[in-house]
Amino acid sequence: MSMRTLPLLFLNLGGEMLYILDQRLRAQNIPGDKARKDEWTEVDRKRVMNDIISTMFNQKFMDELFKPQELYSKKALRTVYDRLAHASIMRLNQASMDKLYDLMTMAFKYQVLLCPRPKDVLLVTLNHLDAIKGLIQDSPTILHQVDKTFRQLTDIYGGLSAGEFQLIRQTLLIFFQDLHIRVSIFLKDKVQNSSGRFVLPVSGPVPWGTEVPGLIRTFNNKGKEVKRTEFKHGGSYVAAPKEGSLELYGDRVLKLGTNMYSVNRPVETHMSAASKNLASQTQESIVPNPLAKEELNLLARLIGGMEIQKPSGPEPGFRLNLFTTDEEEEQAALTRPEELSYKVINIQATQDQQTNQELVRIMGEFEITDQSRQSSSKGDDWLAMMDEL
Amino acid sequence: MDIRPILKATRLFISSKQTEGRGLRAGYQGQLQRSVGTACRHHLHRQLAARVRGSDCKQIHWCVLPFRVLLVLTSHRGIQMYESDGSVMVYWHALDAGDASLVQAAFARGIAASGHYVCVGTWSGQVLVFDIPTKGPNIVLSEELARHQTPISDIATEPAQGQDCVADTVTADDSGLLCVWRSGPKFKLLTQIPGFGVPCSSVQLWQGTIAAGYGNGQVRLYEASTGTVHVQIDAHARAICALDLAPEVGKLLSAAEDTFVHIWKLSRSPEDGYIEVEHCHGECVPDTQLCGARFCDPSGSSFAVTGYDVAEILRFSSI
Repeated sequence: MSMRTLPLLFLNLGGEMLYILDQRLRAQNIPGDKARKDEWTEVDRKRVMNDIISTMFNQKFMDELFKPQELYSKKALRTVYDRLAHASIMRLNQASMDKLYDLMTMAFKYQVLLCPRPKDVLLVTLNHLDAIKGLIQDSPTILHQVDKTFRQLTDIYGGLSAGEFQLIRQTLLIFFQDLHIRVSIFLKDKVQNSSGRFVLPVSGPVPWGTEVPGLIRTFNNKGKEVKRTEFKHGGSYVAAPKEGSLELYGDRVLKLGTNMYSVNRPVETHMSAASKNLASQTQESIVPNPLAKEELNLLARLIGGMEIQKPSGPEPGFRLNLFTTDEEEEQAALTRPEELSYKVINIQATQDQQTNQELVRIMGEFEITDQSRQSSSKGDDWLAMMDEL
Repeated sequence: MDIRPILKATRLFISSKQTEGRGLRAGYQGQLQRSVGTACRHHLHRQLAARVRGSDCKQIHWCVLPFRVLLVLTSHRGIQMYESDGSVMVYWHALDAGDASLVQAAFARGIAASGHYVCVGTWSGQVLVFDIPTKGPNIVLSEELARHQTPISDIATEPAQGQDCVADTVTADDSGLLCVWRSGPKFKLLTQIPGFGVPCSSVQLWQGTIAAGYGNGQVRLYEASTGTVHVQIDAHARAICALDLAPEVGKLLSAAEDTFVHIWKLSRSPEDGYIEVEHCHGECVPDTQLCGARFCDPSGSSFAVTGYDVAEILRFSSI
């Protein structure tokens, strides 16, 4: 399996998360002068976006991310996004966080599956980065961070071979295997059918580098073409128009990875029981592996070490609801099918610190430089935050 | 020993390289089942508890050798070989991940039997050749073929045709390079067919013709003795995941991620003896990115496929 998959997974899922949060925050937007203290304003939305994006693209974090490594377990990855979503003043209840994660994963699964070439997953990532830059136009520092990541991406992935991209694609597809949550916007657009399976069209442009199927060419010993016949392929494909650009600014051609949400298209999910075989599908190993929590490794600890601005004083707790009403959110929490529950890792920070001196030492070496954050002691805040999970 | 029922089962045994152990549709948590009793009228013999700790089975293949049949499994850790009924593991080879580059996890992929040898490909491009005795566990690693520089994707073999320089083994890799060999105590490289920037995902060998399926949806047919390309088919709109042969009739099956399966008829032109191909049949498996496909019998009258996220093996028969 490829050890270069994590950055793509992280950035694309992060991008989808930002699309959804941005849409929900805009939907709940109240003009600044009319807003009560507990309502979202445009200023709040931008602040949340800025906070999350700058945490996501923190340089040390990115350096760790881009090191060749295996993919995280699903639990570990989910925990990383939990922390990321809470990198600002915004709070999400468990039900909303679950829904957010469902939407993120199904969207990216769809994008990977429908990529014409394996290499196109890079274009999908660039689409996400382009859109992220659009969300932080007013913040040159963060823009610069994102551009740096862009260069890291193209440096590493720009030169990979088709075979390596095929391996990356397989690694991603295995990660998303057997996930069949039905997403309302996908069902409406007919890209997903009611069983939860994505529709794979057999028409449209072929991938860049592939010919339209239907031709058989025969050659003689000297390499000269001696016969040409056609056969009926069954699909109705056309030639690819052009190759997507990997430049900082360019036409990506591919639409996968661009923002499909808007204020008028609310996102809902149906918790699908999927197939009756779900229970017997490959589950993560049930045998508790004492080192499993270490899997939530340096990367997640880095995010974990980022201080959360605790709502205190005059600031009210800003809670974002991904559902239309609070009642709906409660209902969703109660009725979520067991097999789809995310088991977020609860870390007993003290215990881990004792058992992992090395990591603690490394943690100590990292200086989290964030503007205008206060802290008593970093360790205490970290522990307190862990206990809140 | 009656070889025929085992051959039938071998045909049905779809080895899928895309998803770990998926081709069996029963491989999970390291357990294997010889499955699909209805399709090939075999009883469920035994559950093979593959002792692969922590990682999944990546590929499985029944290797039909002159005097025995071995079940060969690859995983991230190594290669396991079992007696054909799964009763006992006769051999374990740990993959040498010592100089695995940090960018690539070690794995083995591509399994084929050639004479009394079993060839297994690896992530580094090396092909391991194991010498198999007529019975018992005294299996020896006889050679390591080091021609490929990128991960091996597939290996194809056909029974030796008699003469010394006739090819009986073809190895393919992720760069699209094909190497053509003659098996023996020391494998002899007969010719090389360079790639063209596209991975070769699957390869078959039939009567001196190499059929190769590529990541850009093309199928190419080469003359094994010379390495010359004779036919190029723009067969699919996505990467080909599997090729299979029905040797009795010279039928070739190609399955791809574009949801299609195509059946082709291979032949030799009566005038000049060059390879020719004709399209026989196309089948669409809606909304299914195919991962594996095999004929269910040597005459090619039926075939089975597996797909990503699909829990069943789908079987198609000609009416």
